[in-house]
Amino acid sequence: METSELKKIASQVRRDIVRMVSAVNSGHPGGSLGCADFLTVLYFDCMKHNAAHFSMDAINEDVFYLSNGHISPVWYSVLARSGYFPVAELGTFRKMSSRLQGHPSTDKHLPGIRMASGSLGQGLSCAIGTAQAKKLNGDSSLVYTLHGDGELQEGQIWEAAMYASAYKVDNLIATIDLNGRQIDGDTDQVLSLGNLALKWQAFGWEVLEMDGHNIDEIKSTLAKAKSMTGNGKPIVIIMKTEMGQGVDYMMGSHKWHGVAPNAEQLQVALNQLEETMGDY
Amino acid sequence: MIEIEVLGNKDTRSGFGEGLLELAKTNKDVVALCADLTGSLKMDAFQKEVPDRFFQVGIAEANMIGMAAGMTIGGKIPYTGTFANFSTGRVYDQIRQSVAYSKKNVKICASHAGLTLGEDGATHQILEDIGMMKMLPNMTVIVPCDFNQTKQATIAISKHEGPVYLRFGRPVMPIFVKDDAKFEIGKADTILEGSDVTIIACGHLVWKSIEAARILEEKGVSVELINMHTIKPLDVNAVLQSVAKTKCVVTAEEHMINGGLGDSVAQVLIQHALVPQEYVGVNDSFGESGNPMELMTKYGIDTQNIVDAVLKVIQRK
Repeated sequence: METSELKKIASQVRRDIVRMVSAVNSGHPGGSLGCADFLTVLYFDCMKHNAAHFSMDAINEDVFYLSNGHISPVWYSVLARSGYFPVAELGTFRKMSSRLQGHPSTDKHLPGIRMASGSLGQGLSCAIGTAQAKKLNGDSSLVYTLHGDGELQEGQIWEAAMYASAYKVDNLIATIDLNGRQIDGDTDQVLSLGNLALKWQAFGWEVLEMDGHNIDEIKSTLAKAKSMTGNGKPIVIIMKTEMGQGVDYMMGSHKWHGVAPNAEQLQVALNQLEETMGDY
Repeated sequence: MIEIEVLGNKDTRSGFGEGLLELAKTNKDVVALCADLTGSLKMDAFQKEVPDRFFQVGIAEANMIGMAAGMTIGGKIPYTGTFANFSTGRVYDQIRQSVAYSKKNVKICASHAGLTLGEDGATHQILEDIGMMKMLPNMTVIVPCDFNQTKQATIAISKHEGPVYLRFGRPVMPIFVKDDAKFEIGKADTILEGSDVTIIACGHLVWKSIEAARILEEKGVSVELINMHTIKPLDVNAVLQSVAKTKCVVTAEEHMINGGLGDSVAQVLIQHALVPQEYVGVNDSFGESGNPMELMTKYGIDTQNIVDAVLKVIQRK
């Protein structure tokens, strides 16, 4: 898809995000806004998937797991805008009986979601399992994941990282949202992640880096990552982002990790985000 | 005279190994994952038979549970294998989110449960696992009583869609379930019919209850013995039909009294048939190193404890 089109979709996704969290005065706008460009490119340009006929088993389809489930607003918006479910349903986010739970879940059968997430650190293991099942099934499609940088503080991530390289899980592309922020502050202050590229390399992964707000670069990096699959090594993309990207007063701070804008703040945000596909 | 034919002596974990081997040959969707305890879990035969379907994950149980959940996408039926302690407490949150809440068709197979793990001591002797697992929505909890039943249950759960916790153990115990018996999840087996007391047991305590029933018979007490191999969903009808006749219950398990089979039975009784119940189980205590059978005696889950509980509960009728 043309970069200009992807930019328009990402702008609408950002509008959806701030409207969703503001409407229920809860949710996680910061990381959601930061990953809007990436998830837009992933679903509208990169992945092989069938939004019209969601299949839990994903035979011959690419699979995506959102391991940092708290940025569910961006995923819900991208899924709805891709056609997995009606965009009007975004208005039910975090409300009673909604399929759009605060954190993604499968129990209410929202199309597009194959695994609950929210308790951090589990998605990479799930992705490895699916990747291995695809190999057993002779299915050449790929498995993608997204992780928060703070999430890498969970030990299970490194259990999974060790396994994936040891057993050559090379149909897997993980992406790290490196925004340098977590709930209690900057990751450097809470628990420094050190040199992430070196860490993943030491665990035997192919490491790519990209600017998570440059659509062309996201497209080319994902294309490159795809071209590197099947070569005996798992692939990780370290994606530099800004928490709150697109809304000036949310950028440059961890304070909007899990705080929703009020009505006045929402209007300021919406004035900065072009409505391109029609609000839900 | 109570006649129970003993068909041999084996450990229940070997029943799991044989069941898994049969699944290697009969169900191509079954895959197995193990966290560095292949020999202890008797998974080596499966590994040898279908190496492509066996996944050695190393000492990384959290990753194993997550991988198993992910493998269900595409139709695989993953069986995870490690000790009961590392199958439950260590990975409770992974099971809760990625397996139970996500309703994935994962079979969590747990060996060396309870005190009868023996000499390794309390760090490994989990006595809380039934409670933890039965509290999870969507989870089925099965504790088979002997080698044959463990093999049958291992095969049966492959045909059940949804998360299952299958608990078995290490000691060699008598085999008394017929090798061609049909295992039905959620349908208790009545091992002995009697009229004075209902003993409801699971796992190794079923054999101990048979021993107790023989002693009690000599004392003129007629025991009805129910093998409650499925803790969840509990066979409520089996409980109610039996207590309608006997009017009292003893539950027996190799588990904490808190949260175990006995508590599940008590929930049924208190709602539907208020009759006295006595618990045979471990009373709010960790275990310790020792000979498995001697530990059962020390911690109050041996044959004599069942006899004593029966005599007490009959007095309370």
